[in-house]
Amino acid sequence: MAGHVGGTEGGRNSMDKSITLPPDEIFRNLENAKRFAIDIGGSLTKLAYYSTVQHKVAKVKSFDHSVKEAEGDPVYEISVQEEITARLHFIKFENAYIETCLDFIKDHLVNTETKVIKATGGGAHKFKDLIEKKLKLKVDKEDEMTCLIKGCNFVLRNIPHEAFVYAKHADPEFRFQNTHPDIFPYLLINIGSGVSIVKVESEDKFERVGGSSIGGGTFWGLGALLTKTKRFDELLQLASRGQHSNVDMLVKDIYGGAYESLGLTGDLIASSFGKSATTDKQFSKEDMAKSLLHMISNDIGQLACLYARLHNLSTVYFGGFFIRGHPVTMHTITYSINFFTKGEVQALFLRHEGYLGTIGAFLKGAEEDNPNQYSWGENYAGSSGLMSVSPDINPMQRARSGTFSFDMLEMDRLERQLVNLPLLQDPSSYIPDTVDLTEDSHAREYWLSCFEEALDGVVKRALASQPDILEAAERAEKFRQKYRHKLQTLRQQPFAYGSLTVRSLLDTREHCLNEFNFPDPYSKIKQRENDMALKYYQKVVRALEDLSWEQRQFALVRGLLAGNVFDWGAKAVSDVLETDPGFGFEQAKQQLQERPWLVDAYNQWIERLKGEPHKCALFFVDNSGIDIILGVFPFVRELLIRGTQVVLASNSLPALNDVTNNELHILTERIAGMDPVIQAAVKDDRLTLVQSGSSSPCLDLSRLDKVLATVVRERRTDLVIIEGMGRAIHTNYYAALSCESLKLAVIKNSWLADRLGGKIFSVVFKFEVPPKTQGLH
Amino acid sequence: MELNGHQTEDGTSGETENDEAIGPKQTHQQQQQRPWKETPSSVSFLATSNMEGASAGGSASISRKTSSSSTVRQRTESLKKNRPPFPWFGMDIGGALVKLVYFEPTDVTAEEEQEEVENLRSIRHYLTSHTAYGTAGIRDVYLELPGLSLCGRTGSLHFIRFPTHDMAGFLQMVRDKHFSSLHTTLCATGGGAFKFEQDFLMMADLELHKLDELECLIRGVLYIDSVLPSECYYFENPTELERCEEKAFPLENPYPLLLVNIGSGVSILAVYSKDDYRRVTGTSLGGGTFLGMCCLLTGCSTFEEALEMASRGESTHVDKLVRDIYGGDYERFGLPGWAVASSFGNMMCKDKRESVSKEDLARATLVTITNNIGSITRMCALNENIERVVFVGNFLRVNTLSMKLLAYAMDYWSKGQLKALFLRHEGYFGAVGALLELLKPS
Repeated sequence: MAGHVGGTEGGRNSMDKSITLPPDEIFRNLENAKRFAIDIGGSLTKLAYYSTVQHKVAKVKSFDHSVKEAEGDPVYEISVQEEITARLHFIKFENAYIETCLDFIKDHLVNTETKVIKATGGGAHKFKDLIEKKLKLKVDKEDEMTCLIKGCNFVLRNIPHEAFVYAKHADPEFRFQNTHPDIFPYLLINIGSGVSIVKVESEDKFERVGGSSIGGGTFWGLGALLTKTKRFDELLQLASRGQHSNVDMLVKDIYGGAYESLGLTGDLIASSFGKSATTDKQFSKEDMAKSLLHMISNDIGQLACLYARLHNLSTVYFGGFFIRGHPVTMHTITYSINFFTKGEVQALFLRHEGYLGTIGAFLKGAEEDNPNQYSWGENYAGSSGLMSVSPDINPMQRARSGTFSFDMLEMDRLERQLVNLPLLQDPSSYIPDTVDLTEDSHAREYWLSCFEEALDGVVKRALASQPDILEAAERAEKFRQKYRHKLQTLRQQPFAYGSLTVRSLLDTREHCLNEFNFPDPYSKIKQRENDMALKYYQKVVRALEDLSWEQRQFALVRGLLAGNVFDWGAKAVSDVLETDPGFGFEQAKQQLQERPWLVDAYNQWIERLKGEPHKCALFFVDNSGIDIILGVFPFVRELLIRGTQVVLASNSLPALNDVTNNELHILTERIAGMDPVIQAAVKDDRLTLVQSGSSSPCLDLSRLDKVLATVVRERRTDLVIIEGMGRAIHTNYYAALSCESLKLAVIKNSWLADRLGGKIFSVVFKFEVPPKTQGLH
Repeated sequence: MELNGHQTEDGTSGETENDEAIGPKQTHQQQQQRPWKETPSSVSFLATSNMEGASAGGSASISRKTSSSSTVRQRTESLKKNRPPFPWFGMDIGGALVKLVYFEPTDVTAEEEQEEVENLRSIRHYLTSHTAYGTAGIRDVYLELPGLSLCGRTGSLHFIRFPTHDMAGFLQMVRDKHFSSLHTTLCATGGGAFKFEQDFLMMADLELHKLDELECLIRGVLYIDSVLPSECYYFENPTELERCEEKAFPLENPYPLLLVNIGSGVSILAVYSKDDYRRVTGTSLGGGTFLGMCCLLTGCSTFEEALEMASRGESTHVDKLVRDIYGGDYERFGLPGWAVASSFGNMMCKDKRESVSKEDLARATLVTITNNIGSITRMCALNENIERVVFVGNFLRVNTLSMKLLAYAMDYWSKGQLKALFLRHEGYFGAVGALLELLKPS
């Protein structure tokens, strides 16, 4: 059955109106909210709304160069503009607060176009009148199961690391699954008051293939009868303290040991509650609750396996209020699935499982906006982590009386649709991140400390980027608090946003900066460095032209590497750059490790260059200034001269001092003005600029701008160059591509260098040729 | 050996055909003349000298009028040699109940009677002259199989049960009756054969010949079915309460079949032939769960009491039905309004918890456990591609409610594809299997 638990006493039944809501923290951006959807379950209400967010973006704009510019004028101007983006807000709270929340919404809602609220969940009818009266919106009910499936498809497609495997005794307890490009078919086991088993074959095709009446309601109802404990959560708490073997008849109670010929171990349950049938004694509440939990979890697990086998499916997701955020139920379900399938099927859980219904209802209401044509991204700044309100993980939250406990999810609509890089060898096994910090506690400790230590500098940098704005200091402080809080949360719950990685730490920081309107803290530094580097461009190119071919190739690679030293994301480097603004290209070259490098495929690269030129190279660029202008452009110039087309992929939005697509357009224009080779290439469309779709200092090749993918395919790209620590070391170091690839970076972090067996400023120069495949292309 | 014995066998083939054969057999014709229930008096007919003509490989004896007198004599001699001494018992020690079958020879000659030792006679008289033993031992008289021919002897098969927790009392009785003076071993199956092995040795000076419970179960089922044509039955029109009635179902060609044994827990076996079977799965939600929960929820203490309460209760007061949620059928998914959406789902609500009766709770427990077994069974049948399901085990004893529910559930959810079959000797097949092992020639 669907997750209906309406009309029960699960939550606090009396409406709690005494509470005041923290307006800064919840129902954000309510002023512009439109399109509401609500999912009311037995104890929790989930509300969704779509809103536009006004925030500042840094724009760079080229000066008019027809006028002869004065010496020392910057190459472009920076302006901060307001931009409107779309964001989906989801919030989850206890039913007891529903009236308070509706009042709050009514008071803060400005938009009057909205006429309808989509509703789903068993409690929807119960609160229909209240909602209509308070919000003056017409409640429009949507089928629960349809909403659930729609929501499930949406999160699986748009949120990386949405699904996870739970292993109670493992470290980490959560193992996140990669987002597969193809999410179908799968089985969804929704454990509400009863159980529904749904086979989902495509976006619109799903079927309830079966179910069971023994579900969450059975646990709750029977549990309440047996233990006189009313609340669901309390029953689970009881269960987590109990010993089921006091109540259950085990195999060893019958056999005296294992039933060896069948391979049934002595500890297996032969008969649930079997001991209460044969002994006249009192059983403890805890023991009975535990026995009941095992009985129900095992039963559901067994049915799930039988259905998975019958339909030949190995992807099985579990959801519903029985599971929702409760480690103890995830554990028993996982145990049961492992037992019954001998590991063939894994029980998968979803980070945002509680929101599926409301997401689905929202999507139903937003069909005319065609939300599936966009890609969406989880906003780490505005989303609570996994289990933020779980009583098991975070008991304090509930204990503080009068505290409104809520959980939020925010998703940004990305302006562009994101797709896989067509050159990934196996998209389904591609993992962007090199190290999973949830698994590697040493690395986790190091990086969390590293980001904490760097925080002061980031705050300072953010402030410096807005020197004339008075309230910037206040925002910068809020940013500091928010990001520090995130780091603290992650230290305690590394799994809060999926696998913890250097990338997720960086991205979270960017999201937090944006949240407090620091869209581009490095804009001025980038501007200054770009200006400076442009002045040296012609000199660098001329010097290269004087070299022999062999010498030039080496100098080009060294230039690329030296340029990559200018990385404000690396603390060691930003310290140098901060104290010595005159630190230049030549000094950077001297810092570089001499050959042989830490990873040194230079000889293979040169041999390759002696052969046929590549058709087209896709170059993921990194930093502004010397890196892009004196390192990347001369290298690109050489490729163009060789007859290779070049596609330069840069970030869509700012991240650290990485060059953005916007900036790169201006820089390219300026370089073209100085260099006929570049000019001709731009004019003939042999040199193309595309945006990556990313706003991260790292790179996820499974979420790239669709235009980029099209260009890559059309140009028959046969070489991918990935530059920099963020894109080639923290991510993609092990990425297998179906064409030749060059991954190069300078290790500007001594801890990481140490890990890789090198020293600071060690060089990674990785040239990979895919194994010959036949019949492709 | 054709255990279901509905084929006519060549008389000469018997001896060499199969040493393991055990199934004594009434002829096809006799079976039809004497359906076991309707004319119990006719059973005595079986105990005639006709049985002397019994023949079959090994210890099995099959009535066969065609046998020549010389072979009869030969075989009787060989049977005698291989035949174990009396008394003949088979035992199945389960988690909650011990099942005992006892073969009482009724063809005892005066000469034999003279020779019969005191201890043996005492046991025979004790068992056959009582229907209750000790505090909780019961002989299920209605299941007794009179006039049965086993190993060339004719007699009655008695079915006795007592709670496993009374084992000490039982062992004391075995000791008092000096059982070990007659036999040094006892054929036993079930988990208790392992668990109580030492106790038997220490307290009763008896060695247990431990047998696998699944093997015994299948052997017992096939044997009883082969000697008793009306053993197996089904419910005709299970989906219509008024027209629903029991009908005999001859298991002529039983394979493949799904055998669901509902004791304290449940085992589900896929049986492809008498030797080819596999435990597909099991569930811990079985008879023990029903009784255990009823005890906790209603304060009852016996299975009979729990069933009696259930028969007077109304499960819809306790369970949340589809119509409680959707106001009717959930058409989108083809779920009828009467289907249970959440077992005990109404008990989430305090008011309903307070208004429900013990009888309602007992009924809901019964329905929950039964339907769940039905559901798992149905999925196994689909996965194994088997259409015939036989339910056995003591959970079904005097439990027509569950049997009809199972019959209904199988039929309804499979749209008539699956047939639920039941056997009259519900929980005793393991013990019968153990007895047959005793009679197997060494």
